[in-house]
Amino acid sequence: MNGAQDMGGMHGFGPVAPEPDEPVFHAEWERRAFALTLAMAMPGGWNIDMSRFARESLPPGEYLARSYYEIWLAGLERLMAERGLVSAAEIAAGAPQGAAKPVARVLSRSDVLQVLHRGGPTERPATAPARFEAGDRVRARNMHPATHTRLPRYVRGHVGTVERLHGCHVFPDTNALGKGESPQWLYTVCFAGTELWGADADPAVRVSVDAWDSYLEPA
Amino acid sequence: MSRDPHHHDHDHSELSETELRVRALESILTQKGYVDPAALDLLIETYETKVGPRNGARVVARAWSDPGYRARLLADATLAIAELGYLGRQGEHIVALENTPRCHHMVVCTLCSCYPWPVLGLPPVWYKSAPYRSRVVADPRGVLRDFGVELPTGTEIRVWDSTAEIRYLVVPMRPAGTEGWSEERLAALVTRDSMIGTGLARTPAEVA
Repeated sequence: MNGAQDMGGMHGFGPVAPEPDEPVFHAEWERRAFALTLAMAMPGGWNIDMSRFARESLPPGEYLARSYYEIWLAGLERLMAERGLVSAAEIAAGAPQGAAKPVARVLSRSDVLQVLHRGGPTERPATAPARFEAGDRVRARNMHPATHTRLPRYVRGHVGTVERLHGCHVFPDTNALGKGESPQWLYTVCFAGTELWGADADPAVRVSVDAWDSYLEPA
Repeated sequence: MSRDPHHHDHDHSELSETELRVRALESILTQKGYVDPAALDLLIETYETKVGPRNGARVVARAWSDPGYRARLLADATLAIAELGYLGRQGEHIVALENTPRCHHMVVCTLCSCYPWPVLGLPPVWYKSAPYRSRVVADPRGVLRDFGVELPTGTEIRVWDSTAEIRYLVVPMRPAGTEGWSEERLAALVTRDSMIGTGLARTPAEVA
């Protein structure tokens, strides 16, 4: 979706402000919001693409006004509300109203390290050969789905070169909607800075994205 | 103090409202049996004290010291990094990018905040911020200046936007004057920013 999360190439946000000796978290609530978000994926049953879609579905003004963990919190509340796990009224009241909905599994302390170590690999066995090989010229499709996608606006319509093949990976555009993993070949596609930003751009800059097969067409 | 997050006191900052909301949420989720607070504590402890850029610095220092390891890292970083015990969430598929005098790599996630957790920990605020995500793909040299880094104009800058589940780790150039150094001494030169590409490794003079 063409939401506020798709920031590549926007102007006006000012300089990057590194913080010396930055702590991992800046407040106790950030610690808890982080951990709640990780822990709730198991009983909630959503995947990482659904989580990203929930966060980027915030209205652009709100997305830009909120801090990072405030965006996570809003995304978590949305995912839980959609599944009838926690309602806005319960959060307002600060207490459960009614019985808990049964969930398949809860993340226990003894499972934490194993779950983190296992992670969530997204590579799947290839069922067909790759359409492109390294060195092929490809165009990023001009597409504007209103739902989740991982093809940023700043490369759409532009021509680049396939640089690496990564095997077949879960396709976020369908996975975010609960329509299946539909794995596709994934490529690193590299663009000249001048292709993306015009003749005035730095000629010694190249930018790549990782693009699924259906984001691309031969050029 | 009211537990109602919509209750406004004049001495309530917006932050404390968020704090109340998160507390309310954790309480509800615990009462409903959806979360185990002890599991939350361990998640926090892990990323606050166990997993961080020290891990990545060990990887880089080994690559600088051991040509065989360097070759394995560049061929399959996920496997090579797992040799040191670092693996899992947000590092399921890692690619290592070696900086050279001709080419300097920088990593971003313009769409969210993808970052190689097992080797770098959780990302700093600036990495997740609009200024970095918007600008580094269009004006990486300008972003480097924000970090006090100026590269020769002839050095190509190669920006990697992490739009899928591949995570990128930059291997900075080994500083001059470190011949014969132990891996432990070398690791102290490897900063978090040098493994994202917004910085360079420290020089021996900088740590003396």
